[in-house]
Amino acid sequence: MGNAPFEDRQNLKARKFLMWLFIISSFMMFAALTSGYIVYTAGNAARGLKIILPKAFQFSTLIIIASSFTMFLASKAARKLDYSKQNTYLWFTILLGLGFFANQFYCWSLLFNMGVPFAFNQNASQSFIYVFTGIHLTHILLGVGFVAYSLRSRRKNISQAHNLYRLEISSLFWHFIDILWIYLYVFLLLNQ
Amino acid sequence: MASTAIHDTAVLTHHDHGHEHGHHKETFITKYIFSQDHKMIAKQFLITGIIMAVIAMFLSVLFRLQLGWPDKNFPILETFLGKWAEGGRIRPDFYLALVTIHGTMMVFFVLTAGLSGTFSNLLIPLQLGARDMASPFLNMLSYWFFFTACMIMMGSFFVQTGPASAGWTIYPPLSAIPKAIPGSGLGMTLWLISMILFVASSLMGALNYISTVLNMRTKGMDMWRMPLTIWAFFLTAILGVLSFPVLVSGVVLLIFDRSFGTSFYLSDIVVQGEVLPNQGGSPILWQHLFWFLGHPEVYIVIMPALGITSEVIATNSRKPIFGYHAMVYSLIGITILSFIVWGHHMFITGMNPFLGGVFMITTLIIAVPSAVKTFNYLATLWRGNIRFTPAMLFAIGLVSFFISGGLTGIFLGNAALDINLHDTYFVVAHFHLVMGSAAIFGMLCGVYHWFPKMFGRLMDEKLGYLHFWLTFIGAYLVFFPMHFMGLDGVPRRYYAFTEFEFMKEWLTVNTFISWAAIISALAQVAFLWNFFYSIFYGKKSSQNPWESNTMEWTAPVEHLHGNWPGEIPTVYRWPYDYSKPGHDDDFIPQTVPFSQTMSSNLPHDFEGNAESERIQQEWDSKYAADKVEQGIN
Repeated sequence: MGNAPFEDRQNLKARKFLMWLFIISSFMMFAALTSGYIVYTAGNAARGLKIILPKAFQFSTLIIIASSFTMFLASKAARKLDYSKQNTYLWFTILLGLGFFANQFYCWSLLFNMGVPFAFNQNASQSFIYVFTGIHLTHILLGVGFVAYSLRSRRKNISQAHNLYRLEISSLFWHFIDILWIYLYVFLLLNQ
Repeated sequence: MASTAIHDTAVLTHHDHGHEHGHHKETFITKYIFSQDHKMIAKQFLITGIIMAVIAMFLSVLFRLQLGWPDKNFPILETFLGKWAEGGRIRPDFYLALVTIHGTMMVFFVLTAGLSGTFSNLLIPLQLGARDMASPFLNMLSYWFFFTACMIMMGSFFVQTGPASAGWTIYPPLSAIPKAIPGSGLGMTLWLISMILFVASSLMGALNYISTVLNMRTKGMDMWRMPLTIWAFFLTAILGVLSFPVLVSGVVLLIFDRSFGTSFYLSDIVVQGEVLPNQGGSPILWQHLFWFLGHPEVYIVIMPALGITSEVIATNSRKPIFGYHAMVYSLIGITILSFIVWGHHMFITGMNPFLGGVFMITTLIIAVPSAVKTFNYLATLWRGNIRFTPAMLFAIGLVSFFISGGLTGIFLGNAALDINLHDTYFVVAHFHLVMGSAAIFGMLCGVYHWFPKMFGRLMDEKLGYLHFWLTFIGAYLVFFPMHFMGLDGVPRRYYAFTEFEFMKEWLTVNTFISWAAIISALAQVAFLWNFFYSIFYGKKSSQNPWESNTMEWTAPVEHLHGNWPGEIPTVYRWPYDYSKPGHDDDFIPQTVPFSQTMSSNLPHDFEGNAESERIQQEWDSKYAADKVEQGIN
């Protein structure tokens, strides 16, 4: 199978695969939500987004693309054994993730002020915007947790193979939630 | 292929922090409670599953009392149910709670977690030659999430308004409005929390099963040498990964509707003369989301049972399974098709008749792989040297239920007939036979067969036979008459069916069914006694009591964390070399190389390996020459 013997003994390959499967299951959840949106909206002409999304969502998109980039830089640094750089970029990623989080909240407030509330909205298509973004935000929080997990601490001396393994699973997940956001955003844009 | 070295944790040094299974000092807590050993986790799932099954069965006896004797009082019920059975009669809202929780527990806790959780955990590492699961830690979490889900579901019996009562499919608006019925209050909230924990548990399990099957097979164990049990567990896990998240989506929207004032599912509702503010929702949306899980779920329930049956029938017929590849492709076919048939639960929601036609065709196509499997079981049994162990009887019982319940599926899958049959006892009869009884028989079959592997002891055969016959006959007596009630139009879930003139004549049949249910429930005492007694005092088992080929029987009876003491054995052949002509035993374990079975090797065994074929031919000609020589002398 051509893997380093160390990695194999820890089942790292099999455990990395778990992350792929988790991504698939998580994607299924969003596929269900967006399909639910389509089924719901198709049921009646009065349904549908019927608004122009706040421009601030574009800012969210920029933030999350930037965070994917810093995540990539962190992986690159780790492969060059440059651990301090790795940590710096991971911290950047975490900050950008939290920034994304804050900006999404800001977008919600804009939506609310536009007269598009989450609750007591007779057009549930509009409530779906909050559901998509809200459940995506729970993934962001989980992602921040993963990135924090791959911060290399000075006190515990973990091996490079393990360090790379942690980085790989968290960057897999981080890039996934990045792409997921783009999917959701484009989906909403196409429906507005 | 460096696989043998891969999982050799015996030589593992500890860089890792507690996630790895090596030479930890085991305490009672790490060994029996927060265990990360797949065999212990399997036992935890099994015993929790059995307890849940007993509770769910007891609930069914309670509502059978109401259906069998609708005008009679049972004062004893009031003694232990209190206000839910005032005057000794079960109250209507508690009756609804009983059927709801019976369904939920049986489908999710017993036949999903109890079945997949037990046997996937036990058999995937053991039959594939792995030390443990991909992530033993996640595996442990999976059990404890399941346990918490069970506790919360049980806890809903202790709240003032009672457990969820909207049926196991919890259709809104009934489930979405807390004040609609008592059961839609706190009980429903607990149901939803319990179910989210349960889905998390199943997902953790399923991720582990898939990753282990794909990455951690021992040397020589290619996919086409996997026993059919593993194929079934693997495809079941794939179904779970793809369908359970969809239920989460549906449940999340339902929680928002219940507690946050959204209207995804709610519209135009008046409760007690008061118009609810929720407008514009679509209750059909829930049905789509629910059944997109719900239909694959019934295959999540039945496929592991089919896999277990394949293994047990082949072993105890002393014959190779008939059509191994066909069996695998049928499982794959069922897996794929199960995602495009959910609409057959929704024929009467006013869906476009054309769409109904599409769902009808996909539904009927599922009959093809199902029939392939059935015929293959029968063909495996045909002229086999059958050993009627209790496990074998339960396996044959599964085939019987799968046929008799499957046939009615063809009726129900028909969009036009479903208008009449929808939500009648015909449906109840159908799914209790084809997935309820069949899957529970698969599970019991697995328990009898792998009990020696789990506990190192044998279960009592005579009690097993008693258990089988009473349960088998009992299940038919319970569910068969329901077909006729359904054809006559008796609807399911009705509390007091005798209030309707045309249903009154079914009272005697219902009394009969209730007696049959009580007797079959009592028959389970034979099993429970046998199971728990044999754990401690059963006859000690040998290493391979059923003379089986699969790898789990090459591991020592005494459980080790890591399964095999030395190197993991290598696999050389498929798992169904039973009664191979030319061999002196009627079974050849997967770990026996072809060089040790020269007298029975067949040309296709070598899969086109020219060198092996040459060696075999040389041996054959030499052996033939020897024979001729002996003939001359």
